Amino acid sequence: MTLTEVRPPAPVSRPAGSGPRRPRRVAERSASAGFQAILAAWALVSVLPLIWAAITAFKPNPEVFASPWQLPSRWDFGNFARAWGAASIGQFFVNTVIVVSGALVLTMLLSTMVAYVVARYEFRGNRVIYYLFAGGLMFPVFLALVPLFFVVRNLGLLHSHIGLILVYAAYAMPFSVFFLVAFFRTLPTAVAEAALIDGCSHSGVFFRIMLPMARPGIVSVALFNVLSLWNQYLLPLVLNQGDKSTAVLTEGLAALVAEQGYASDWSALFAGMVIAMLPVLVVYLVFQRRVRQGFVAGALK
Amino acid sequence: MHHGKYRFIIGFLVAPLALYVLFVVSPNIQAVLYSFTDWSGYSQTQNFIGLDNYVRLVKDPMFWTALSHNGVLLLVLPIVTISLGLVFAFMLNLGGPRRGAVARGLRGSRFYSAVYFFPYLLSVAIIAVLWEQAYNPRGGVVPRAMSALGIDPPRDGLLGTPSTVLWACIAVAVWHGVGFYVVLFSAGIASIPTDVLEAAALDGVNRFTLFFRVVIPLLWDNVQVAFVYLGIIALDFFAIVNIMTPHPEAVGNSTEVIAHYLFTRAFSGDANPQYGYASAIGVALFFLTLTLAAVMFRVSRREKVEF
Repeated sequence: MTLTEVRPPAPVSRPAGSGPRRPRRVAERSASAGFQAILAAWALVSVLPLIWAAITAFKPNPEVFASPWQLPSRWDFGNFARAWGAASIGQFFVNTVIVVSGALVLTMLLSTMVAYVVARYEFRGNRVIYYLFAGGLMFPVFLALVPLFFVVRNLGLLHSHIGLILVYAAYAMPFSVFFLVAFFRTLPTAVAEAALIDGCSHSGVFFRIMLPMARPGIVSVALFNVLSLWNQYLLPLVLNQGDKSTAVLTEGLAALVAEQGYASDWSALFAGMVIAMLPVLVVYLVFQRRVRQGFVAGALK
Repeated sequence: MHHGKYRFIIGFLVAPLALYVLFVVSPNIQAVLYSFTDWSGYSQTQNFIGLDNYVRLVKDPMFWTALSHNGVLLLVLPIVTISLGLVFAFMLNLGGPRRGAVARGLRGSRFYSAVYFFPYLLSVAIIAVLWEQAYNPRGGVVPRAMSALGIDPPRDGLLGTPSTVLWACIAVAVWHGVGFYVVLFSAGIASIPTDVLEAAALDGVNRFTLFFRVVIPLLWDNVQVAFVYLGIIALDFFAIVNIMTPHPEAVGNSTEVIAHYLFTRAFSGDANPQYGYASAIGVALFFLTLTLAAVMFRVSRREKVEF
């Protein structure tokens, strides 16, 4: 753009006398202070509900709604025990871990295989396969919902971990393939070619050379998938059909609230929410920058 | 060296393709086929009825109600979320006192953007549960805060009053999303060349002009992406509605959206699910999504600024 060419020599940028500039400086400083106040206010809005949930999780039941902003009169760790046991949050937690880790491994393995072949090999149908996967990003899951339910039912995989793992993995593929194809294209070709000439097999090149080289991209996609699979709600809701023994955290918690009979034990519900939110926040705090960069890069591709 | 190539390619593609076709491609195709049948309940009979489901859809007042709510969401959600995201990103990255000619980021900007991102990480389902408690008319934090500010909260709660319930849901979605767009737009602002900002500063541009005439035009691509993303969220909006308004009829269906309507037609647990009709709603939703993306990328296309 043309603006970049308008670059006057440096000395001009300080016109004579700083007298008339003073008021502007002051105005600017107060503007910055105002910005600080607004930003701090939104920071409070962002975290207060979470802090409220965390504090409430330790409260004895009668204090939950009676005095929301007071610290608990005694810190009741029993809430967590009740949530984990009586309210089945422990079961939901284990189910979520099993399903998410299974689906993660499966979708990462399959997506890197597709992405590598599509990005690095020329063959007939290459484009078709790419668009088949990338195009999946345009289809709302709701379109496939009814037939998907029957496909899974006919395989006898309703309310089963393996069924959810397969479906999660399949629905995580469009984004993963899309992102990884772009990533594999950026990697240099020379190393892989040298290895092929040295007699390394195609799959040897993939597992021993390309996968390690692609690690940064794979980690970004994996982080994105962990978080989005952990938070999945619609698929388990349809494919578990309210079966508590295979429910994941999201549907389990939502079902707990909906059950009127449970209405008396609010503090255990809050403890359950904290248990469900904690792993995600821990992953975020550990991988902060990576997570944010991954999400943004994914959005802009 | 090449003879193993095709065997390798096929070997690598078979398993992923099989899984993907079985669970993603074929259900999508089947949905289109089902939408032309009267398939209902667990009966195995599916009669081809042509466009009857679509005719019914056009005449279904509840579909139009749902569509109008999606329309409200499509207007409000992106505009509010993107505006907040842009303003916060601007303040964080260019709101600080000037050092030399160019405004710098504010102190603590990294802390703020890290904190803003928190809600976005959480499952919509879980934050819906959380906010349902926060809105609780008997002692939830939101009605208490309203009373403290001198506003009378509605007696049945914000979620129990037809005129407020949709807005209460939208507020949750905005709370959830803003942090992501702050980070997205911050990345955009970081990629604006300092030359441009220096030039603006030399021209004596104030912050207001800097925001509207420099930053927003240069971030237009990001804003466009944000519109499409938030538009897709506005067309979905299932989890919040399904969890926060468990009894939609109690609030006059004033939160019914297309995705939720589809879900209730097929999986509400009553004796007579309407799979054919639900599939037709799914097809309608697909075309709405497609139209949205096409419109956003076409109409909002401005002259691209290269830098």
